[in-house]
Amino acid sequence: MKKNDDKKAPQLLQGNEAIALAAIEAKIRFFAGYPITPSSEIAELMSRELPKYEGKFIQMEDELSSMGAIIGASIAGLKSMTATSGPGFSLMQENIGFACIAEVPCLIVNVMRGGPSTGLPTSPSQGDIMQARWGTHGDHSIIALYPDSVLESYELTIRAVNLSEKYRTPVILLLDEVIAHMRESVILPQKEELNIIERVKPDIPPEWYVHYKDSPDYITPVANFGEGYRFHITSLAHDKYGFPTRKIDEVKTMMDRLRNKIYDNLYDIIQIESYKMQDAEIAIFAAGVVARSAKEAVRIARKQGIKVGLIRPLTIWPFPDYDVQRMLEKCKDIIIAELNQGQLYHEIERVWSERTKSRLHKLQRYDGLILSSEQILSKIAEVK
Amino acid sequence: MNELKVKISGFGGQGIILSAYIVGKAASIYDGKNASMTQAYGPEARGGACSSQVVISSHEVDYPLVDTADALIALSQEGYDKFFPILKKDGILLYDSDLVTHLKSNTKVIPKPIPATRIAEELGKKIVANIVILGFATAQAKIATPEAMKKSIKESVPKKYVDLNLKAFQIGLEYKGN
Repeated sequence: MKKNDDKKAPQLLQGNEAIALAAIEAKIRFFAGYPITPSSEIAELMSRELPKYEGKFIQMEDELSSMGAIIGASIAGLKSMTATSGPGFSLMQENIGFACIAEVPCLIVNVMRGGPSTGLPTSPSQGDIMQARWGTHGDHSIIALYPDSVLESYELTIRAVNLSEKYRTPVILLLDEVIAHMRESVILPQKEELNIIERVKPDIPPEWYVHYKDSPDYITPVANFGEGYRFHITSLAHDKYGFPTRKIDEVKTMMDRLRNKIYDNLYDIIQIESYKMQDAEIAIFAAGVVARSAKEAVRIARKQGIKVGLIRPLTIWPFPDYDVQRMLEKCKDIIIAELNQGQLYHEIERVWSERTKSRLHKLQRYDGLILSSEQILSKIAEVK
Repeated sequence: MNELKVKISGFGGQGIILSAYIVGKAASIYDGKNASMTQAYGPEARGGACSSQVVISSHEVDYPLVDTADALIALSQEGYDKFFPILKKDGILLYDSDLVTHLKSNTKVIPKPIPATRIAEELGKKIVANIVILGFATAQAKIATPEAMKKSIKESVPKKYVDLNLKAFQIGLEYKGN
């Protein structure tokens, strides 16, 4: 891949390449990983690009240590990331929990492939949607973003790094194999169009510093290790200084902050795309590459006079409950199209209530191929 | 709606994915259209079945895969056998006539044979067979303009092989055949 200095000129870029380029723009300066199909190009490109920016790339012995290394680098002050696929994502879960409880910003890219286990290495699947949410144990909140194009892979990578730094939390970027390996012509945004969020640094004397300070907006200054500010980091439940505690008020305070910093900021975190929903009687709910097939199906069905629209979550976690609620109240039929055995379906079902009166329809594929627009069209014909 | 869907098939090592990359780049960067390019391969790097596909369109491409092809480029018998069924009626079949020898009879497609690998061997490098057939496809199936293809090839192959590749492309472009 040739880096094009004139950003306004179109480039033929792969999803994985777009993620690496965006990570560099978002000031990611540390990557630790263990290359795995279909995410390998991210590691490959980062190993080539990071040294040019005085960043560090390490190929680790496995994914457990990769996750550990990016947590360490992030605590020391570098924006950090890793990239993997299902089997590696499973190995990262323990340390993702560490990043949650210790409130360490980092980006984990998971290019999904068919599972369980090593499954289908080069085939698309959306089987890790629930793993992204609940892969690590214990109550925790997580942010996961889900692009549907090469350009959006670029944009959401930057957004993922920003959200991670802002809310001091690991952020997962979920990607379909098709998007990761697909090349599209894109015009990348100019540097000045990008909003890159930097960590808020403390401007108080070190002796006043509190690492886990409560604040109404949950955005608190964070010192890096080695800057003269003393603090403790542990994976145990801890007090505001980071020391282990079992005091019930301190534990609850910590647990509430971990949740509320995400759920009190849904307006900032959640993004959805609503396509031809204004007068829609049938709605398709789909993410990633399936939403592309769905969009084509919507356009063709509209030409046949069928009032159908599409809701596509760009933020998959936290789940866009409010937007789904509105969709369920508005449309009489909902088609949940996904490349798994019903992970999004169960979430929609959770939001559904008697009052919404809409009927839910499953459209699933989990054989290593993606849903085509024809398949979605025939489902539309079936339910209308 | 102006859309052209091209499927390229063969073995790993024949430059199947690079071919789609060259077409995608020619169409999107130099011809100013929209293109999306995808690939499919198994765990093997060389020798295994490999295919790639490009959707070229005047509007944005939503569904990026090729379920029905307007043109099929086949560089192996296996690739032909596997993807012939998705070639649409009156679609253009471009194939290496030395490597694809068992053709289905009574089919309503437009066959365009070329001994691409033999031509490449005569040029001194077997690996430019894909570029020979891309030249042929440029003339016969209008997948992109010859100028755009040439620019794209220049940008996509190793510097020291640019001349060889352009020569291979030109031969394919001018090949008359049947």
